[in-house]
Amino acid sequence: MLEVKNLSKTYDGGVQALRNVSFNVKQGEFLAVIGLSGSGKSTLLRCINRLIEPTGGQIVWDGQDVTAASQDEMRHIRRKIGMVFQHFNLVSRSKVITNVLAGRLGYVNPMLSALNRFPKSDVAMALDQLDRVGIKNQAYKRADELSGGQQQRVGIARAMMQQPAMILADEPVASLDPVLAHSIMQYLEKINKEDGVTVLCSLHFLDLVHRYADRAIALNAGELKFDGSPADINDEKFREIYGKDAERVG
Amino acid sequence: MKKSSSFIKSLAVGLATFLVLVVFAYGFTVTNINFAETRSERRMASLTRILRALAHPKIFDYNFETVNVEVPFYLGCPEGGVEPPKVDRSGAFILVSAGCAEPKETIVIEGYNFQENSAGPINFIGFSADAPDGVPIQMGSFQADAQGNFRVEATIPNRQIKEDPQAIRAIGRVRVGAPMISQEAKVTWDKIVETVFMALLATTFGTLLAVPISFFAARNLMVEVKSPLSSIALSLIGWALGMGLGVEISRLLTHFQTAFFSSFLATLAGAIILPILGSLLARLTLFNQNKEMDLRFKSRLVNVLYSLFAAALILASILFLGKLLLQIGAYLTPNKDVPLYFLRKFVSQVGEIFTILAPVVAVLVVGGIVGGFFGQIGQTVSDKTSPASSKVFNLIVAPLAGAIAAVLILRGLDWFYQFNNPAVTLYWPAGIGAAIGLALALVVSSKQPLPVGFIIYGIFRTILNGTRSIEALVMAIVFVAWVGLGPFAGALALALHTVASNAKLYSEQVESILSGPLEAIQATGANRLQTIVFAVVPQIIPPYISYTMYRWDINVRMSTIIGFVGGGGIGFILQQNINLLNYRAASVNMLAIAIVVASMDYISSVLREKYV
Repeated sequence: MLEVKNLSKTYDGGVQALRNVSFNVKQGEFLAVIGLSGSGKSTLLRCINRLIEPTGGQIVWDGQDVTAASQDEMRHIRRKIGMVFQHFNLVSRSKVITNVLAGRLGYVNPMLSALNRFPKSDVAMALDQLDRVGIKNQAYKRADELSGGQQQRVGIARAMMQQPAMILADEPVASLDPVLAHSIMQYLEKINKEDGVTVLCSLHFLDLVHRYADRAIALNAGELKFDGSPADINDEKFREIYGKDAERVG
Repeated sequence: MKKSSSFIKSLAVGLATFLVLVVFAYGFTVTNINFAETRSERRMASLTRILRALAHPKIFDYNFETVNVEVPFYLGCPEGGVEPPKVDRSGAFILVSAGCAEPKETIVIEGYNFQENSAGPINFIGFSADAPDGVPIQMGSFQADAQGNFRVEATIPNRQIKEDPQAIRAIGRVRVGAPMISQEAKVTWDKIVETVFMALLATTFGTLLAVPISFFAARNLMVEVKSPLSSIALSLIGWALGMGLGVEISRLLTHFQTAFFSSFLATLAGAIILPILGSLLARLTLFNQNKEMDLRFKSRLVNVLYSLFAAALILASILFLGKLLLQIGAYLTPNKDVPLYFLRKFVSQVGEIFTILAPVVAVLVVGGIVGGFFGQIGQTVSDKTSPASSKVFNLIVAPLAGAIAAVLILRGLDWFYQFNNPAVTLYWPAGIGAAIGLALALVVSSKQPLPVGFIIYGIFRTILNGTRSIEALVMAIVFVAWVGLGPFAGALALALHTVASNAKLYSEQVESILSGPLEAIQATGANRLQTIVFAVVPQIIPPYISYTMYRWDINVRMSTIIGFVGGGGIGFILQQNINLLNYRAASVNMLAIAIVVASMDYISSVLREKYV
């Protein structure tokens, strides 16, 4: 259970990215976050694992106050929150397997991992995760030798290495073509349905939201404009979220 | 309207042109440009001489067969003239157009029966009481034809007229045997090898230091490091305590080693057992794969104690290993004539490095462990207590930390300025430091994270920029004073300059990495060290290699001139040859420099293409 209460973020330049955003996410839910570019979707997701420090409000996850956690406690919390990025954010010169193993960094011994030594069980687990997303044979290639779709699968495998209770996906398919987008979304769906991992996923295309999400929230200029079932987004709601002149595509 | 604006425009252009002319005219005066000098015959002659000498690098040398032929000659004709000298025509001989001449008069000299193609100088030999063997003054030179004959005009030197006969001597030289490598070329080879290795060592050790420093001078990594005042203050205190403890530990260990384990076997046993114990302990604690991240105070304290113990063991290992290598080295090098002397000597040199390094490592490692632990305590205090009580805490620790820091800084300055006055080195800084700490604790809100990383970044940047602005050539002067003339001083100067320059270049590369991977690694719950190892290091390896090779290239070029100030290498003999007007030898030196620099350039470009 994730509770976000009156979350606000004002950047140093004075830009208000989030204004009093409140919502709850149940364990095992697939929540889509929609809104225009710059509406605060990325900021919201990064506030939840405090890659960005919120300036106001509270986030409670599993009964723990995330916003009040110390740096060390925060690292403890982050281990259980996987993250998937629009631009994959792989270390392109490292091997695929190293990128996936990086998901274990919160768990393993820091000294040994700094020497790039991981337990055998973790290596086996990394290969399993790669197998699960269908690219086990690419494990020892350099990450930048892979195609975009394959790189995002590495990103998902990395997040799964954390054995997460929740995954934050920041526009995971925005840099991929529609076919690949569906295949990536299906992996996220599988993780959500089979492993019971909560997924918070920001998305651009409404058809993806309808197809995969249990629930959707919508942001416009940092304010929560919608919270409900994707099916309830009618034309009026749509204009409220995306602006008066917006037209539906896809 | 339009006409006048274009008029103003051309006026402005004219004025600007005039200004540029004025600037350049002034520049010509200041730089003493003197075209008359360039045309003067004397200058032209010396230029020709130097350029021709430089164009003939003395790489090869020959054995010569020499024939000396001499005829008596009167400087200043006595009344009635002189009899033409009798000439023995059996071997090589010369005929002079006159048996006597006034100074500066031109005479004709003919030579016969010399060896074919032989060549050499024609000298006037002045005899005097001071120089009974004669002082040669070159009048000209000759080149015999295929028959061994020549005819040259030469001018009598402007010498004092003497009654006694002087002489004119032709020295015919002809090359015999195959060319051989000249002495100059051999010396050049020795020195260029020295130069290249100087650059290699300077680059290697400079880079080793520059890499860790570059992380502290990288803005993007450092601005994120923020801590509340309680953590900073406690960490400062911890560093001071830890560094003191480190000094004590290394002193104790050294004492312990010399007192009880100075024999070879004991040292050997220590050098074997201690690392094993240390690594076992490390494997059980720091490097234990099964240990979960544990945030409780008690387990952290236990961890710190283990770390200190492991650090002490590892330090002891370094020390024992160093001493062991010193003893082995001493055994291996009974005298300088043993084969592979340099390899044997290297053993004791490595041992020396270890023993020098041990206390430095001790201070840094123990300081880091204690400082880090204290910092964590401070962080916990700030995180877990009420604002009021952490304010009180700050009011106690911040003045203490300020006092300690100020006293330590003044202690450092004392070494330079020799105040020898406890008021200046102890009471005043302690008071002022405490006052600053107190003021900070009062002003800053107790849980506000302060940009400590940015301050460290600023300090590192300032030091690097300051060091970098001093050329290696200037640094070499200081190092020559420290370790004496020679390549060691040059290598140290180059290494220091490498640290400063490369740390800055490296840190700029760290600043330009992609932030995406950094964010992704942080999101997994990785700590700072892990983030650097997994997200930063892979991204900076190619530019680091590239800059290191570039620096190696620069260092080779720098080391060619660092000898000018006594830093060893080829510059040393180049300067000597130039000062002795030995241009053909200097030319060999320059040729060697050109070849080495050009091939370095080629090699580094090939390597860069391959690995970057």
